[in-house]
Amino acid sequence: MSFDLLPLLLRGARITLLLTLAGATLALLMSLVAGLARMSTNRVVRSIAATYVEVFRGTSVLVQMFWFYFALPLFGISLSAFTAGTLALGLNVGAYGAEVVRGAIQAVPKGQTEAAIALNMSPRLRMRRVVLPQAFAMMLPPFGNLLIELLKATALVSLITLPDLTFQAMSLRMTTGRTTEIFVWLLVLYFVIAYPLTLLVRWLEHRVTAYTKA
Amino acid sequence: MFDRITFDWDWEYAFQILPQLLEATIVTVQATFVGFALSLVIGLLFALGRRAPLKLISWPVTAVIEFIRSTPLLVQLYFLFFILPRWGLSLSPFLAGVIGLGLHYGTYLSEVYRAGIDSVPKGQWEAARALNFSTIKTWRNIVLPQAIPPMIPAFGNYFIVMFKETPLLSAITVVELLQTAKIIGARSFRYVEPVTLVGLIFLLLSYPAAIAVRRLENRFVKQRA
Repeated sequence: MSFDLLPLLLRGARITLLLTLAGATLALLMSLVAGLARMSTNRVVRSIAATYVEVFRGTSVLVQMFWFYFALPLFGISLSAFTAGTLALGLNVGAYGAEVVRGAIQAVPKGQTEAAIALNMSPRLRMRRVVLPQAFAMMLPPFGNLLIELLKATALVSLITLPDLTFQAMSLRMTTGRTTEIFVWLLVLYFVIAYPLTLLVRWLEHRVTAYTKA
Repeated sequence: MFDRITFDWDWEYAFQILPQLLEATIVTVQATFVGFALSLVIGLLFALGRRAPLKLISWPVTAVIEFIRSTPLLVQLYFLFFILPRWGLSLSPFLAGVIGLGLHYGTYLSEVYRAGIDSVPKGQWEAARALNFSTIKTWRNIVLPQAIPPMIPAFGNYFIVMFKETPLLSAITVVELLQTAKIIGARSFRYVEPVTLVGLIFLLLSYPAAIAVRRLENRFVKQRA
């Protein structure tokens, strides 16, 4: 295996990482907003959030990406491949994240909320100072897993012509024909990016179980 | 590029392409079933391999699982589709696709198997040993019958996840739903209707399935309580 392919592949890896970062930011935002909205006392807010979650979890992320990239322009909105990719990845993972947020908040023992009410805390303060800090610890490992899924899903943007790691590998394959070598590099590079994340998630899981058991 | 095209939704066109999309749905569903059947088998083999008392077996199996889980399914599909023919193993796009799905989700299902097997109380193993059951008989008659039922909701969830991953097979030229939508779109330069319909078909199939799995989950939770 020679290293002359590496500079071009790394250029693609940069896009992959940027896209992961942008997608993760949007996903985190959507998770918190939709997750909290799903537990709102307002019925309209609740059903909007539920629709968002079910639609984005119920369809395929690749179909969503194609829709943003190919179908939206026909409604007069043209998105760059990067924006379409970020939107599809962020909204899709955000829908899964919203369920994580909801599950974690519901898993905080009820006595905590009751104690906060007994202390005359406002609902806002209760959420911010008592419930969320405890729920947040439980959210971390599943969020880490979602981040790995997001990273792997960024490979799909190559199908809407964004020159990410996979796209660069496919075009290198066309120009050089060194298929085996390129694909081995491609797999290795993805592994090198993703595996530290896996180890981080495992460490977090360990910490959180230790924390909740204590 | 799209300036001269009208922005409205064309119902007539939508109904005209619907039969073709429904036909492609069959391919999507077939790929899901075959891929899932493969991943059930591969997942069990992975799970057993990981538990093997011989480190010579358990370590390589663990490494393979970690590697497959840490790389994108799309790249694995390309690998199967473009590299295996060079080693003299030519696969049809569909076969490469379901093998890719089976391997990738096999690593996820191996975790489900592992959790299920670990949930069988230790006393059951000890009792089987006390009754002088062979290893095969212990697994077949004691462990697996108790381990598998609680795994079923998790299997159901992964089945739905895999269903939604099948559009990736379009990248290796399997003519499933998304690929059909792309072909239709390229022919008429209208992508809104085909891609939206594909999204709707996915939603209509996966949402009821998700509700069914949730019910199943609740039933197991109640049984345990």
